[in-house]
Amino acid sequence: MDFKLTEKQKALKREFDQFFEEVMKDAPPEYGRGGLEGVYATPEGFEFHLQVSKKLGEKGWLSRAWPKECGGEGAPLIEQLLFNESRESHRAPGVDLFGHGMFAPTLIIAANDEQKERLLTPLAKGKVSYCQGWSEPDSGSDLASLQTTAIKDGDNYIINGQKIWTTGGHRAECMFLLARTNPEEKRGKGLSVFHLRMDLPGITVRPILYMDGKHLYNEVFFKDVKIPAKDLIGTENEGWKLTRDTMNFERSGVGFFVEGREDLKELVDYVKTTKRNGKYLAEDPIIRQKIAKLFIDLEVGYTLAYKIAWLQGKGGLSFAASAASEAKVFGSELAERIANYATEIMGLYGQLSDSKWAPMNGSMVESYQFCMGITVAAGSSEIQRNIIAWTGLGLPRF
Amino acid sequence: MDLSFSSEQEILRKSVAEFLSKECSYEKVKEIEESAEGYSPKLWKKIAQLGWLEIILPEEFGGFGDPFINLIIIMEEIGKAAFPSPFFSTVVQSGLTILEGGSTAQKKDLLGKIVDGKLLMALAQYEQEASYLETGINLSAKLSGDDYILNGTKMFVIDANIADKLIVAAREDKGITLFLVDAGAKGIKCTKMPTIGMDNNCEVIFDNVKVSKADLIGEPGNGWKILQKAEAKIIVAKCGEMVGGCKASLDMTAAYAKERKQYGVPIGLFQVIQHYMSNMLLAYDTSVNYLYKVAWMIDENEDVTKEASALKAQVNEKYKFISERGVQIHGGVGTSREFDIGLFYRRAKAYEYVAGDSDYHYEKIAAALM
Repeated sequence: MDFKLTEKQKALKREFDQFFEEVMKDAPPEYGRGGLEGVYATPEGFEFHLQVSKKLGEKGWLSRAWPKECGGEGAPLIEQLLFNESRESHRAPGVDLFGHGMFAPTLIIAANDEQKERLLTPLAKGKVSYCQGWSEPDSGSDLASLQTTAIKDGDNYIINGQKIWTTGGHRAECMFLLARTNPEEKRGKGLSVFHLRMDLPGITVRPILYMDGKHLYNEVFFKDVKIPAKDLIGTENEGWKLTRDTMNFERSGVGFFVEGREDLKELVDYVKTTKRNGKYLAEDPIIRQKIAKLFIDLEVGYTLAYKIAWLQGKGGLSFAASAASEAKVFGSELAERIANYATEIMGLYGQLSDSKWAPMNGSMVESYQFCMGITVAAGSSEIQRNIIAWTGLGLPRF
Repeated sequence: MDLSFSSEQEILRKSVAEFLSKECSYEKVKEIEESAEGYSPKLWKKIAQLGWLEIILPEEFGGFGDPFINLIIIMEEIGKAAFPSPFFSTVVQSGLTILEGGSTAQKKDLLGKIVDGKLLMALAQYEQEASYLETGINLSAKLSGDDYILNGTKMFVIDANIADKLIVAAREDKGITLFLVDAGAKGIKCTKMPTIGMDNNCEVIFDNVKVSKADLIGEPGNGWKILQKAEAKIIVAKCGEMVGGCKASLDMTAAYAKERKQYGVPIGLFQVIQHYMSNMLLAYDTSVNYLYKVAWMIDENEDVTKEASALKAQVNEKYKFISERGVQIHGGVGTSREFDIGLFYRRAKAYEYVAGDSDYHYEKIAAALM
């Protein structure tokens, strides 16, 4: 058993760290603390994201982990982990959660050569942005019940229906869509994956403002939207299986824990320098205990993330599927605990957002709101727990 | 980075697991729990023959120089089997303390006897006040000629009732000092106390007990330093046992949830049970991976003060959580002496106190961070 990184891995990590440290010097104030809010809430934040994405593309870092035949370097998964760890600990943008995180792996598995050239190359170069067309008003956790149709019409497909919770739909250039190509079939059967441009006639994007008033999410309406048949990815009607098969990207959840570590560092600084009732907050036994508990959660979560990446790299996907769900549940719920403890510790100041008086620049009160989106999105904590029980413990599926 | 166990380690784990499942069923565990000795001398002899007690012995004293992780593997399997034995008190608590602070002659003599299965030992640290801190040690040691005279009472001394020798932390003029005392010495009165763990927690009274000046572990006044250094390793080893108990609780509960039917279906089909159990698995996976991370750090000679505390507080809470849910999911039978999940529920509470409860460790972490 050996947790050490090789010299090569350490050097790589340093290279990533230096790059992101440098890049973040150009972050506009609107980008704030990054994350999905930083990237999508303001035009300035999105522009910064695109800039960083292009720089990453020039370095070849967006596609390092891709197989060589898809234009990547076939870099080991552990190096992908180090890249993600470095990027997320600097709260840097540049990696498109949807384009690079979800659609690229789908293309790698299922696209034909023409599509790989046409669609993967711009992703590798950081020159295109995507949003995800999965959830619908009546199909959230039960995604397989979705009703948006894509009906074959000669050399085209005609799309009708509605998507919802489309993060960044108002900024992304393209979407990858899951739609029903065979309306006779129910549930997972008869679904297909498509690439499409968001500026096509018949597409309407309407904002859904987050509880803090920020614009991240959207509804997307399709009215007789025509897309060429060459934009079907993989086999028609086999899209459901394809969405399940795209898990071989780094899913350790390391970002939750490295971001949390940065939060905890700032929180420790805050309690060491802030006095209440004549004493530093750091002297308060209740506050000390809260901070110790967060430290423990971050330690064990970070270690679990490394274990997942290591197992995934070894091809231990069946364990990794359950453990990746564990990391998502644990990491996203830990983000809630961090925000809650921090804002409790701050007392009255915990409610301040954009104010010179706000401790930690108001980041914790912002996180207190936004973290609720994370325990819901991309498989709610409840769905993740079902997956853990089924795949991790072999309990019966319903 | 390679997070796998070596093939030797896999073999070690398998041999310990097989021995315990053959020789010490949960029925047998309950029988041992109910005995006054609280352990099986027969099984102790056997595990000595199997070489388990050599696991901490450095090469210079005839051991195989096993990495610390190998001790954790044994402890984990002991935890799964809920095996009651003086392994923790003798090999872990006393053995590691001797390794940390003992003279070469003491190491050779005492560790040699431990390895042969001929010496049982206990560590006497806590007192009536039940403090884990240095200030909690007040048993007095007064020099009188070539001897020290010990007076006071030690509490929660694990396996003092079966030990041949005790390591006693006492307050000498120069500070906390560790003494090596024959358990049968004149003036010692040992009483086993009934506990939730049904283990050998003892009250030990020292009434003018004479100890030779030569029987010190370390120098006068540096006892606390030795205890603290040994504590980190003792904690990690105990956590190995506790994590093993988590695993056994988890596995037996999952098996029960698949087999027990209500409303015509296995209860494991119900989402409420699935969510309880996914929380249990998450609690286990976060604990077991961190356990080996910290054990590995010990093998790398890194300072693990903060990490050992984080591990103990984590495992304290998660073992209680997993075993508590385990009993609940078992329903009525889970509360019975006949079923085995109760063994773990009781141990989770008992072991919470071993080498520091969660509040003690939270404070240690906070002190290290701030």
